Amino acid sequence: MAVSLDLLMNAVISGLLLGGFYAAVSIGVAISFGMLDIVNIAHPAFILLGSYVAFIGNTVFGIDPIVAAAIMLPAFYLLGMAGYQVYYVAFERRDDQSLRGLSFFFGVLFITEVALVLIFGVDYRTVQAPYIGPSLGLGLFDLPLRLLVPFLVSMVMVVGLQLFLSRTFVGRAVQAVAQDQQALRLMAANPTKIKRIAFGLSIATASLAGACLIIIQPVEPSIGREYIGRVFAICVLGGLGSFPGMVIAAMTLGIAESLTATFFGPSWAPAVAFGILLITLAVRPSGILGR
Amino acid sequence: MPFTLVLIVVAAAIFASARWFDSSYGFFIGYVVVQYIVLGTAWNILGGYTGYVNFGITAFFAIGAYSTVALHKLVPTLPLPAMIVVSGVLAGLVGLGTGYLTLRLRGVFFSIATLALAVVVQTLITNWDFVGGARGAYVLRPRVAPLIGGEYVQYLFLLMLGMGVIVLATARAIERSALGYGFAAIRDDEGAAEASGVPTLKLKLIATTLSGGFMGMAGAPLPFYVTYLDPASGFSLNYAVNAIAMPLIGGTGSWLGPVVGAVLVGGLQEYLRVTISSAVNVLVAGVLMVAFVIAAPQGIVGLFQRKR
Repeated sequence: MAVSLDLLMNAVISGLLLGGFYAAVSIGVAISFGMLDIVNIAHPAFILLGSYVAFIGNTVFGIDPIVAAAIMLPAFYLLGMAGYQVYYVAFERRDDQSLRGLSFFFGVLFITEVALVLIFGVDYRTVQAPYIGPSLGLGLFDLPLRLLVPFLVSMVMVVGLQLFLSRTFVGRAVQAVAQDQQALRLMAANPTKIKRIAFGLSIATASLAGACLIIIQPVEPSIGREYIGRVFAICVLGGLGSFPGMVIAAMTLGIAESLTATFFGPSWAPAVAFGILLITLAVRPSGILGR
Repeated sequence: MPFTLVLIVVAAAIFASARWFDSSYGFFIGYVVVQYIVLGTAWNILGGYTGYVNFGITAFFAIGAYSTVALHKLVPTLPLPAMIVVSGVLAGLVGLGTGYLTLRLRGVFFSIATLALAVVVQTLITNWDFVGGARGAYVLRPRVAPLIGGEYVQYLFLLMLGMGVIVLATARAIERSALGYGFAAIRDDEGAAEASGVPTLKLKLIATTLSGGFMGMAGAPLPFYVTYLDPASGFSLNYAVNAIAMPLIGGTGSWLGPVVGAVLVGGLQEYLRVTISSAVNVLVAGVLMVAFVIAAPQGIVGLFQRKR
């Protein structure tokens, strides 16, 4: 098989850009699973919700999908807070086995997906924006804008959240909750309230990630299933609780999938993420930069 | 032993009355409900008894189904019960392998790993042209059932009932044996169990092998039931949701739970599917599962047990 250099380079570059998008998708789970130990397996469903919200904003109101998602950020934040409250009352307070929590989110995933099917049908939905289509040509490399814009949005989100966590008071409280809840309680802070904020943030990221998703590819309710494994693969590979690790893992996965799709065929691409996940879990469960 | 005899009698009675009613549709639904009894009980051996939630049900189920497709192409005259046994063995081996790979993992990571496994197996089969790959495979259903005569679907129902008897008898036997106590110890506190001398590694491997094997057996007759099998439908996550929801709703503590769950939820789903729409029945399983997980963690069987 003739491996031409520019084919390789283009595969790597679109892999990097795709990886950036995967970081946007995974950052919510990096917060909820990496820091709060809540296995939110329904996160892809919330991302799809974000995609459909962006879709409505774009087709009914004619606004740019990312702007639509940004407008809906507070709504998703509140949804996240409500979701956490239900989870807390039902499971964490009773200190129940993780089986119940996992099944709860599994159920939420399905309910959301079926609700989307009942409301929007199973047709593929896309959005219209001026940057879907044209590419930025840089010599040998082609940067498709429909991948570049989500990449930039994603990087802004990751950097923004990292700064929030390390520079602001609430952010540091979230990090504290992740490290030692009991100590936080002894310092007269309410861990439940902080976890609620953090989970709200996690779901809010799903709104923007959803907008990015529908820019990159046409969306229909069941594609969330492909992302469950990808998201957890990235978080586990990167190491729970580490944003930089998560970004590196996302890029690695993006490049691996892109190379596989280019040289072996797109039908093998889903196995890449999960193969990497299985190998990571078997060899180094703490991930690249994990605690 | 007496329990097994009771099960056989009940199964024979069910089959006889089904034959007497002679409704083709009845056999089709009956097959689905009993299939979920088998799947749910199989899942429960690992999930309810041992506490390890397996999300990769579709992998084992589809391994069973696709083994049948492959065997049918290789040896068309092989009788279905033989194919079921082979499917069970293959799926059991995969279960053993899964157990090995995921040994050191905490509960949650195990579940994620099983999800990963499901996708890897699906991708492998999608790319395997011998069984049709993404195009799917056609399996012709013989017109007349061997041994008992009548429509072929009656034969499928009979085989599924047989599997149900085997799986339920096994589950109850496990519950009352040292194996079952070992599983329960792992579920309640694996560290303490290990410290008390319970061979957690060996028991977990047994659990995953049995669970996977039974799931494969449940999937083996599927190609004959649907006559067209493609990866999208064979690996449908609906099987996974139902296989988890039914034991959770029925109750994960005993062999009766998955039966109650399968009959009630399966029946409800079928009723809704016929009266309202297909999409709604997945919604039902999801909503009921969430409701029961929040309000009644011990399931329906648990509700009755607490009242006593």
